[in-house]
Amino acid sequence: MKTVEQVLKGIRPEFDFTTSEDFIADGMLDSFDVITLVSELDAAYGISINGSDILPENVKNLAAIARLLQTYGIAP
Amino acid sequence: MKFSFAGKRIAGVLTVLPANERSFDDDMKDFDFPPEKSLKLKRVMGYDRHRIVTDGTCVSDLAVCGLQSLFDRGLVKPDELDALIVITQSPDYFMPATSNVIQGRLNLKHDMLCLDINQGCAGFVVGLIQAFMMMEQASIHKVALVNGDVLSRKVCRKDKNSFPLIGDGACITILEKTDDRQPIHASLKMDGTRNDALIIPAGGFRMPSTPETAVVEDVGENNYRAKDNLTMNGTAVFNFVQVEVPPMIEALLQDAGLSSDAIDYFMFHQPNKFMLQKLADKMKVPRERLPSNIVENFGNGSGATIPTNLTFNLARPLIDGTLTLCLAGFGVGLTWASMVLKVGQLAFCEIIEY
Repeated sequence: MKTVEQVLKGIRPEFDFTTSEDFIADGMLDSFDVITLVSELDAAYGISINGSDILPENVKNLAAIARLLQTYGIAP
Repeated sequence: MKFSFAGKRIAGVLTVLPANERSFDDDMKDFDFPPEKSLKLKRVMGYDRHRIVTDGTCVSDLAVCGLQSLFDRGLVKPDELDALIVITQSPDYFMPATSNVIQGRLNLKHDMLCLDINQGCAGFVVGLIQAFMMMEQASIHKVALVNGDVLSRKVCRKDKNSFPLIGDGACITILEKTDDRQPIHASLKMDGTRNDALIIPAGGFRMPSTPETAVVEDVGENNYRAKDNLTMNGTAVFNFVQVEVPPMIEALLQDAGLSSDAIDYFMFHQPNKFMLQKLADKMKVPRERLPSNIVENFGNGSGATIPTNLTFNLARPLIDGTLTLCLAGFGVGLTWASMVLKVGQLAFCEIIEY
């Protein structure tokens, strides 16, 4: 199973996602990247992230994404 | 706001699509975006091809083509129409109303109410509500509802947020009174504080079009557009739909005394496949009962998308039988509206090309 970091690298291979606290403010993810991320997390973990959970604060860094996934019973 | 009606029905639905089809692969060439990311956009959002008008085609051209086709085949008699409602965000003129232009081009009777409404993606449900309210009058028995837009003419081809999803077209829905008292339930909400989430900033009286408003600018995230172009805050609109639509549908079904299982199909407006799939999952509706294939085949035609969903996906069942449908539209305004009703035994339910 892919890690969140591997999923992110697949979307934007040019960035090191371990060094940022805010992927969006730092220009590492744009709005379409966020949609792609959710789509790929859904596929990777066999879940459907609630559409109203697709918010910048839920995907802004690795810890926020981990917290989001935990609400779907996933411990990445 | 809740509405309920009885003794009214949809008699037929006709979609008129421009024959010109443009593929996403063609669109990609105009984007400032790596091809591999564009292909990912295509896969996730469900973009493939869309219908785009050519040669200055206007909403009245599509509507006249459709209505004339219905008249010529005897499916509708011109003199029976007591009202013509046109719902568009791309009228032929600021003035007169496009409904009057259509009335004139078709030589329809003078004893008739013509009305334009500026609405978009919720425009089919708004139009049905308006038509059913008109038919509370003794003098109005049959209404032609036109949902049409040619918004591709207002979208920058270098705007990957909006151009690949936009589709032109018009739908004509004929509404009539019936002795059948089947209840129709509807819900409508609007929030004008978010009116700038979907907007064409220039071209009205607030910001008239000038050479400066026509200049295409870099607006970030590899998107380019002018102030004369349609602009959509995609993130805000996506979130609005996911937050507002599911509770609206839940409340509507409760008012109608129906469970989700009693609905044969959820025929929703279709901005993109990803948004529809997320809505279906959140509402715990099987994805096959909430079709999401209109954008990939024709593009998002604003208020024409729901009736095109009917003509493309349910034509035979709606001619041969009757289905219980839940309709929902959501978009500019912001507006979100829904309706539960039985639809069937239609005189026509088809797509023609202009």
